[in-house]
Amino acid sequence: MPVLEVRHVSKNFGAIQALSDVSFQVERGEVVGLMGDNGAGKSTVVKTVAGNFPPSDGEIVVDGEVCHFHKPVQARAKGIEVVYQDLALADNLTAAQNVFLGREIKKGFWPIRVLDKQAMIDRSAALFRELKSETRPRDLVKKMSGGQRQAVAIARTRLSNAKLVLMDEPTAAISVRQVAEVLELIRRLKAQGVGVMLISHRMPDVFAVADRIIVLRRGSKVADKDTGNTSPEEITGLITGAIRGE
Amino acid sequence: MVQESAEKAGQPAMSDFVPTKEQTAFQRVISSQPFWVTIALIALVILMTAMEPSFGTSENVANVTRNLAPFGIMALGMTVVIITGGIDLSVGSIMGLVVIVAGLFLTWHYPWYIAFAMGLFSGLACGAVNGFFVAYVGMPSFVVTLGMLSVARSLAVVFSANQMLYQFGPDAPIVKAIGQAKWPRHGPEDWAPHWIPELSSQFWTMVILALIVGFVFNFTAWARHLFAIGGNEEAARLTGVPVDWIKFQAYLFSAFTASVASLLLLGYNGSAINAMGQGYELRVIAATVIGGASLMGGAGTAFGAVIGSAFLEVIRNALLMAGIDSNWQGAFVGAFIVLAVLLGMQTGGKSILAASLAVLMPKKSR
Repeated sequence: MPVLEVRHVSKNFGAIQALSDVSFQVERGEVVGLMGDNGAGKSTVVKTVAGNFPPSDGEIVVDGEVCHFHKPVQARAKGIEVVYQDLALADNLTAAQNVFLGREIKKGFWPIRVLDKQAMIDRSAALFRELKSETRPRDLVKKMSGGQRQAVAIARTRLSNAKLVLMDEPTAAISVRQVAEVLELIRRLKAQGVGVMLISHRMPDVFAVADRIIVLRRGSKVADKDTGNTSPEEITGLITGAIRGE
Repeated sequence: MVQESAEKAGQPAMSDFVPTKEQTAFQRVISSQPFWVTIALIALVILMTAMEPSFGTSENVANVTRNLAPFGIMALGMTVVIITGGIDLSVGSIMGLVVIVAGLFLTWHYPWYIAFAMGLFSGLACGAVNGFFVAYVGMPSFVVTLGMLSVARSLAVVFSANQMLYQFGPDAPIVKAIGQAKWPRHGPEDWAPHWIPELSSQFWTMVILALIVGFVFNFTAWARHLFAIGGNEEAARLTGVPVDWIKFQAYLFSAFTASVASLLLLGYNGSAINAMGQGYELRVIAATVIGGASLMGGAGTAFGAVIGSAFLEVIRNALLMAGIDSNWQGAFVGAFIVLAVLLGMQTGGKSILAASLAVLMPKKSR
């Protein structure tokens, strides 16, 4: 059973047709690259799946269950996590504090429910080890490299044991070495049986980790190809419209 | 695979680019602004005690601690608001409204607890209005609380018919006792020797409130969320933090501290004037900022709020004692605000003090 199934989803904002009849699946432990030019509908797909708004038509199926998300919290409850482009981290907090933000571990009894800091630090350290990242739980996010920040954002998704992780441009605006690190993090998610949707402009990164590439153009799916059966040239052609899709 | 091969080839690891060691507790303390303000405060106190015999007397200590307490109490509330990245300009006017409302109920011969409750209620109502417009309507806190500064003061003037209220009912002695209570007491029947200052109820209220706020800041998820909102409000929202509700509570708490300070001063003065607290908002903000809270949000401590207030009051007191014309106070206070923030400024992860030391005394290894 696929972890995510998008069935004939359309989305329009007033007169603007952002998505028209898009269908695809993501299996467990599969990395799917989602590509397309600006305005092709990538973000709309992500936001629909993440529960920012419901689709105008069609349905989202998670683990065989039809879901109607109206808020991101509802999608998260079903095991869908998003790593946002700007990472959504609080700079003034430490790595561990960010990982547990909004779902802190507490101890003691009401009315004195205090934070169990050590438990959170230990758990984050374990998550970073699992991701083979050199991030330290007590470090301030402010002082971290782009790769380490990605690790913090990804550790958040591991905390909730997400089934599907949506990553919005995780390799934009970071150095080459850090890109390698982030791609490695994605492979680790895959190895743990998590489905990953990678939204990216960067062709080499997508080809390095994705099993399958979906191309959107003007709100429609124009291609859904195994990475092994395609080439960057073909994908570029599909994105720009030089090659006609399905 | 790419990464593994890179590491095998002996290329630099991540640890070459970012500091490998976690900051120790000692380094954290050293790089914090409240620490340096405390040092400056201690130095100032030692200097003044040595130069001016009347400064170190237990009477003067009692006096200074009583004067700073209302500011310290309000600075705790202001710190909570400033951590969220907002500001509360209305605290001085809220004091004025609270004291008049409580004073009116006392002149109408209501019991003191009804009067205090009504005063507190009017203060909290102002805070709730501030919080509602900032958190739920999404207006800038500067504008909303500037409006409240004007509205609350105006209401205080209207309610009091621009009269001073002092003919309180039968509960007047109780109100006075609350505001003028001291502990420990001197005198033949009490245990305290003369050198121990008789500390005011205002001071002890500040201490207890500071301990509670300090505990909350360090050990609760609520404060974690408060700091996260100041650091990155959008991130906090995305992770499911109830951002609006927490911001609302921040303004409510600030108004609460202003109300408490106002009621204590009502008791101490034994009268209510609608001008109470005029201009206090700026002194409270100054104290908060000197104590290390960042107006950008995301930083602040309970200790800093108290120490900032103490610093301002000690400077004021020291200038008076040294016989400097009181008109100079503003210049000194202003200079210290800028100086304190300059000292606490973070440049590349170091305080500006540490950075300038590094320039003056470069390490040989580099």
